[in-house]
Amino acid sequence: MLTVANLSKQFGGVHAVQDVSFTIPQGCVYSVIGPNGAGKTTLFNLISGLYTPTSGSIRFEGQDISGQAPDRLARRGMSRTFQNLQICKNLSAIDNVMVGAHLTLNASMFAGMFRWPGLARADRACRERAAALMERVGCGDFITADAAAMPYGALKRLEIARALASDPKILFLDEPAAGLNHTETHSVQTLVAELARSGLTVVVVEHDMKLVMSVSDRILVLNYGRRLAEGTPADIRENPDVIAAYLGADTEEE
Amino acid sequence: MTQISQSPAPRAARSNTGRFIGLATLTTVVALLPLALPNAFYVDVAIRIAILAVNGIALNLLMGYTGQISLGHAGFFGLGAYGSAVLTAHFGWSPLWALLAAAAMTAVIAWGVARVILRLRGHYLAMATLGLGIIISIVLSNETAWTGGPDGMAVDSFSLFGVPLSGERRWYWVFGGLLIGTVILAQNLIDSPAGRALQALHGSETAASVAGIDVGRRKVGVFVLSATVAAVMGSLSAHYAGYINPGIAGFLQSVELVIIVVLGGMASIYGSIFGAVVMGLLPQLLAGYEGWDSVLFGLIMVVTMIVLPRGVVPSLTARLRSTRFGTKGNAPC
Repeated sequence: MLTVANLSKQFGGVHAVQDVSFTIPQGCVYSVIGPNGAGKTTLFNLISGLYTPTSGSIRFEGQDISGQAPDRLARRGMSRTFQNLQICKNLSAIDNVMVGAHLTLNASMFAGMFRWPGLARADRACRERAAALMERVGCGDFITADAAAMPYGALKRLEIARALASDPKILFLDEPAAGLNHTETHSVQTLVAELARSGLTVVVVEHDMKLVMSVSDRILVLNYGRRLAEGTPADIRENPDVIAAYLGADTEEE
Repeated sequence: MTQISQSPAPRAARSNTGRFIGLATLTTVVALLPLALPNAFYVDVAIRIAILAVNGIALNLLMGYTGQISLGHAGFFGLGAYGSAVLTAHFGWSPLWALLAAAAMTAVIAWGVARVILRLRGHYLAMATLGLGIIISIVLSNETAWTGGPDGMAVDSFSLFGVPLSGERRWYWVFGGLLIGTVILAQNLIDSPAGRALQALHGSETAASVAGIDVGRRKVGVFVLSATVAAVMGSLSAHYAGYINPGIAGFLQSVELVIIVVLGGMASIYGSIFGAVVMGLLPQLLAGYEGWDSVLFGLIMVVTMIVLPRGVVPSLTARLRSTRFGTKGNAPC
């Protein structure tokens, strides 16, 4: 479904991502792991169009999408969340989710100003769907809240609800469990598994190894911007390079 | 968990009721105000307030809702005014066609400029729009053959299908109606998916673009809309006043519009009306304190912004809501 070939990104003299290649099959949970600064988020930003690759190609459903703007990728069915939250604090929580459904609605300014027939009805239906999505990801308590008044853990889920509102084909979750407690992490884990079962392709960057090992079908390990290993959770667990990178490099990494 | 959670319907219903009450109040005030205005001078003040309010609301769509500053918005007001004046005086166009042509021309100019300058952010965007406004007012001052230069030029009275529009009272209804219409259209826009997209890109451009919102195109769209509204108001007020000079497009007028938006409240329609009332009335009320009026004016602005930093209307609505319902929230206005 998504094929990345020889992808590189350079910031000045820093090779954040270097010659990385992998393929994500449809309908699976694909995880990207690696020590801090390994280039995981850079990789996500490259795929979702926030950065332009220095070289290499990204193909989505057979078409080259490298360097395309995020809003065009959204039209193709890509959606993502952010490690450092990107929440519109000037909007209510449910409006944030409805922003995710932007492409499914008539968003012309003219139609908006003159209350085009059907616009209000479609928007109401979208609001109900957004509320259902918030319940589904576990922030149903905040349906009537302002985004600015929500705690961190709920905002993480709100981002997932927003990402799902566009009905994506592929969903990128950037550290969905970072900063969450055990119960919350567990519910994210359940949610990811559920989404994958519904046929959605999910790509996860995550530090929580328990979560990664239990939900992933395949895992890509990055280190210093390079591909260190790729395979099933069982392969990765026994890979000597991975063990060296994690245990040898930094004991804080668990 | 489900105990506290409510269906979203009540929220939508509440904001609809609030919207209706606001609109009914505004319409009543506009309809009954002439009875309380003793003479043409006061009607003129009311008309100027309505013009400021419409311009303020249009600028608020750009500044308050979309988060893009413009320090040159009076320039577009001037383009509309001079477009109408020049086309009717030098080319003998009918006022209506001149107004439409001036609006279209301003829209095209705003579109061309916006495509370039809306790539800028923050202080840089402020500088670019400031420069744009200054350029427009210099052109209006220097093209003496067309515009009469700093002395200004006379503008014919407006006539629609052969019926002349004259007298403060008649114009009052035109501008009052336009104000109500602007409030309705602006609120429609804000409540629509397009308006949500504008507010989303204000909140986070990254989040907006990942959700499929073409951030650049949206910014240009709202900039053009805001500039075109200013141009139409410029055309009409030129016909109303019967005389214009380049000062109407000047920096101070642009700043006045920004003050209306910020003082009344960013992202608040009624805030802009409030701001326009203050900007229209305060100079009149302070006229008695000759020599001290600017000082008092400045002082009131500074104190207001310190006490009510989010602008008068949003701050007061939030305060009212928190005392009445014990919750803190954003104003639905």
